[in-house]
Amino acid sequence: MESDHFEEMDIEVLSSMWPEDIGTDAGKQFNVEEKPKGDQDMLEEVTIMEEPTIVDFKRLLELTDYTEKGSSQLAYLIKHWEYKQANAARLLREELDSLSKQREEVELKKLEILEEHRFEEERYGDKRPISILDEVNDFWQEIPRRKNDVVVQNKRVEIDAKYDTIAYWKQQAMHFEKLLEGSIQREQILTEKLQECLKDFERQSSPVEELSQILKRADNFLHFVLQNAPVVIGHQDKELRYRFIYNHFPTLHEEDIIGKTDVEIFTGSGVKEAQEFKKEVLEKGLPAKREITFETDLFGSKTFLINVEPVFSKSGETIGINYMGMDVTDQVRKRERMAKLREEIAVQKAKETELNKTIHITEETMRAKQMLATMSHEIRSPLSGVVSMAEILASTKLDREQRQLLDVMLSSGDLVLQLINDILDLSKVESGVMKLEATKFRPREVVRHVLQTAAASLQKILTLEGHVADDVPIEVIGDVLRIRQILTNLISNAIKFTHEGKVGINLYVVPDPSSGKGEASHQTLNAAEANGRKEEKLEKHRSTSQTNGDQEGTHGQTQNESAYRNHHLSDESRTPVKSQAFVDEAAEEHPHSFETTVWICCDVYDTGIGIPENALPTLFKKYMQVSADHARKYGGTGLGLAICKQLVELMGGRLTVSSQEHCGSTFTFILPYKVSTTSDHSDDPDEFSDMADHDEATCDTTESFFQFQPRTLGSLFSSNGGSRTQKFLPHTTGYIRSNKLNGFSETSYSFPASNPRTRETSSIDDACSVVDDAEILCESETSSSHRPDPDNQTAACRGNQCQDDANCESQNPITDPTHHSEESIEVAVAAKTRELPKTDQRQDKFGISPQCVSSRSKEIPESTLQPRILLVEDNKTIVMVTQSMMKLLGRSIDVVNNGAEAVCAVQRHSYDLILMDVCMPIMDGLQATRLIRSFEETGNWDAAVKAGIEKVVPCLDSLQNGLGSMSSAKRIPIIAMTANALAESADECLANGMDSFVSKPVTLQKLKECLAKYLP
Amino acid sequence: MERNQMRRQVALTRQSLFDQGFLDEQFIQLEELQDDANPNFVEEVVTLYYRDSSRIIVNIDQALERNPLDFNKLDNYMHQFKGSSTSIGAKKVKAECTQFREYCRAGNGEGCMRTLQQLKKEYAVLKRRLETYFQ
Repeated sequence: MESDHFEEMDIEVLSSMWPEDIGTDAGKQFNVEEKPKGDQDMLEEVTIMEEPTIVDFKRLLELTDYTEKGSSQLAYLIKHWEYKQANAARLLREELDSLSKQREEVELKKLEILEEHRFEEERYGDKRPISILDEVNDFWQEIPRRKNDVVVQNKRVEIDAKYDTIAYWKQQAMHFEKLLEGSIQREQILTEKLQECLKDFERQSSPVEELSQILKRADNFLHFVLQNAPVVIGHQDKELRYRFIYNHFPTLHEEDIIGKTDVEIFTGSGVKEAQEFKKEVLEKGLPAKREITFETDLFGSKTFLINVEPVFSKSGETIGINYMGMDVTDQVRKRERMAKLREEIAVQKAKETELNKTIHITEETMRAKQMLATMSHEIRSPLSGVVSMAEILASTKLDREQRQLLDVMLSSGDLVLQLINDILDLSKVESGVMKLEATKFRPREVVRHVLQTAAASLQKILTLEGHVADDVPIEVIGDVLRIRQILTNLISNAIKFTHEGKVGINLYVVPDPSSGKGEASHQTLNAAEANGRKEEKLEKHRSTSQTNGDQEGTHGQTQNESAYRNHHLSDESRTPVKSQAFVDEAAEEHPHSFETTVWICCDVYDTGIGIPENALPTLFKKYMQVSADHARKYGGTGLGLAICKQLVELMGGRLTVSSQEHCGSTFTFILPYKVSTTSDHSDDPDEFSDMADHDEATCDTTESFFQFQPRTLGSLFSSNGGSRTQKFLPHTTGYIRSNKLNGFSETSYSFPASNPRTRETSSIDDACSVVDDAEILCESETSSSHRPDPDNQTAACRGNQCQDDANCESQNPITDPTHHSEESIEVAVAAKTRELPKTDQRQDKFGISPQCVSSRSKEIPESTLQPRILLVEDNKTIVMVTQSMMKLLGRSIDVVNNGAEAVCAVQRHSYDLILMDVCMPIMDGLQATRLIRSFEETGNWDAAVKAGIEKVVPCLDSLQNGLGSMSSAKRIPIIAMTANALAESADECLANGMDSFVSKPVTLQKLKECLAKYLP
Repeated sequence: MERNQMRRQVALTRQSLFDQGFLDEQFIQLEELQDDANPNFVEEVVTLYYRDSSRIIVNIDQALERNPLDFNKLDNYMHQFKGSSTSIGAKKVKAECTQFREYCRAGNGEGCMRTLQQLKKEYAVLKRRLETYFQ
């Protein structure tokens, strides 16, 4: 019972051993399992390292003496001891009580016995013999002996004295004696026990041993727990000197730490901070936590979470601090990484939003640009009407004032057109629609023409000159139109900003600025090339004619030239088709085997006002001019240079500028060109016409210097009082020429059946033609002539008059995608894809006689000269091969892709030969042949209509030739092209009305034979 | 010197194409069509052929997945394919085409599929060889 109690007490005591902040039982932080049996082993197994703890015992004593916690702990110990003491005393007292009770009892009994004995002795002599009623004796022994009992007994004894006998009393005496002995013995045992108890009590009365054991156990547990804890626990006094430290990873000896401050112990970043922090806590008297990163020699870079708690004395003064440090380097690192990641994510998100915004803006911009382009186009059409009407008006009789007004009107109109064209160009380049053509051209010619053109419209006293270095190839390949555009633009800029001196072009070859770069612009599109060549030729025509007109009367030489040219052109116009075909063929056969790239640098220099340095960076930006002042003074849109730069870059070159204010500027662009090394152009009719045109001094292909001396203003503004009217002079002269060129004399106007076509053709081609300043005018005029309305005849004629140069080009199908007049787009598409139905559809819509718009179109009137061949084939590979072969044989062919299309084609044109594939989708060759034969026999297309092919309005030539030949029931030779070279297939072909068959693969030989047989 | 070497190598490559039966005289026809005006005519035609015919092969593949097989359709496709192959002189491919069409007529779907596999192989081999050659 004792020990049980004791143990219970122990637990209580231990829990209360800890400072008050440890709290009540519910929040016990430090529970020690008291029963040592099971746990003892565990603790024994654990080797507790004593070293980590370094204790200043004296300090501990002080602490326990002076600090509240210490004293409270002591008080608890004392209380516990006192409690135990009291307990022990109480126990002893109880024991004593019980013992004395027993003794009393014993004494009582003794007394009783004595009394009984006396009574016995009294009667011993009297009534000795009487001994009866033994049972009464028994009764006495059994009942408890109390004093009154004894009294009663005594009385009874007296009463029962008669029973007393000697024997009985003897026996009684013996019995009592024994009882006495037993009682004495018991007394002795009790005394012994008492003594033992006392001894025990003595032994247990000092609890120190017990307590220290408990303490030790607690200490061990503490050690055990702390053993692997990555913490440092310490106590520092008022001066922040270490008095106690527990460090699991001790790096210093006791003597290095105890009695020293942090600063004294280690050095490095963070130490001072820690010290300051502790000091702060010490001063404020409030516990605090902080993370401090140490960078010391002792343990490297580590971050500690330090929890500092002030220690107060009983009087409430701070006498030191307790602190606990925990290494949180990893956590901090992780946290930092997390933060960084979060930050990155945030940045990423921000970027994304930014990007989305940009995309949005870009889309908006694109839409705006598209809008602008559309708008520009929409504006251009009506504006063309206005300008061309004004021009017509200008040719009528006007008084001086009216003319002046009209001049203003025209120049404004021109300006707006120029602006719109620029915008269109720009948006085309920017949207990537701009296609470059690779055509052969002569740089010298280009330079000369540009200068000529510039000189023609020159209103200042300036010298225009051009130098072409000897090493510049005679012919190069590039997009001559664009290059001309750039040059013209730069030259007109130079002239605009130059008031005296000269403006010139320098052309020379430079080494490849970046090898392996810049061939992107080259396209080996055969057709385009052929076109371009013609283009170039006509370019020359155009410019010469203009020069001629402008300089009329001043340059005899030019006049001569012009006259010659007129002659030549009219010559040509007599057999336009023939010569055209010739040109075509020649162009295709032109040797073109080897190509190298040459970089040609072109300087455009002037002695003008120059460009201030601060304006250079924005010079090539859109709508940017040197200053608002310049814009007012010189006009312009600010788009010219931007377009130049974009064009040059599109062609894989560079445009740069250098300038000195008041001295002049030089714009330089470097472009890569392909050079055909095997260029023998002596037998080229193109060349021939060149020679014919410029047979005098200017025709030298290796000419390298051109100069245009300034003329007097007087002669320039001779009698008409404006350059505008001057411009019209050549047009008037060109009137007849242009008509002749198209193969129609004036009388042709009396044939309305054929006339619309002429205008149509010419206007289409006009719309396609190259535009520089002068040409915009022409183009605007042509758009009025797009309406093939007889009422509009005058306008159209007038238009024709104004576009002498453009008309020159009208002979050639130029599929230049730059000018988006409705016609030109469709023509370009039609010519490229050779989708005849589409072209025809358009033409039907316009109510004009259908016209195949391609080089073939020119052949129609002379169909007897060049037989028309139709290839019906769905297989692209075979189409390509056959087309090539035909070309090699000097034939051009129309291609359709299935039988139905073939029937349509035959409805429109009369063909001299049809090559027909047998197996085709939609309608096979056999059915198509049957339908065509049916038409030939019956003269109507009922069978075709039945087969689901709608009838197409027959075209001009089928009206002329087809209708005429219908009565004669001309049978078109149809040759099957079949892979089934088996007999039955051949029979099938013949049975369906085919004349022969060619087995696939088609070879040159087979084709040749076939052509020889059917096209004599 | 180097150029000569290269020329010889090109000629060798070309010859091997003929010797191994990949190409026939139709290819020479094509080469004859090549001139200064179209220096890369053969290559262009072959490129066109491969572009065009890969579509047909896809069509055939799809048609072969149908059940029951539409032999008429298959035959039509293969006719187209054969026409193209013949016109560039792809001899081996052509032979497979013929084989395929024979199976088609016989209604042998199994044979068709087998031949198509073989055809694709030849087609691919030729493509690789020609690519090397044009380089």
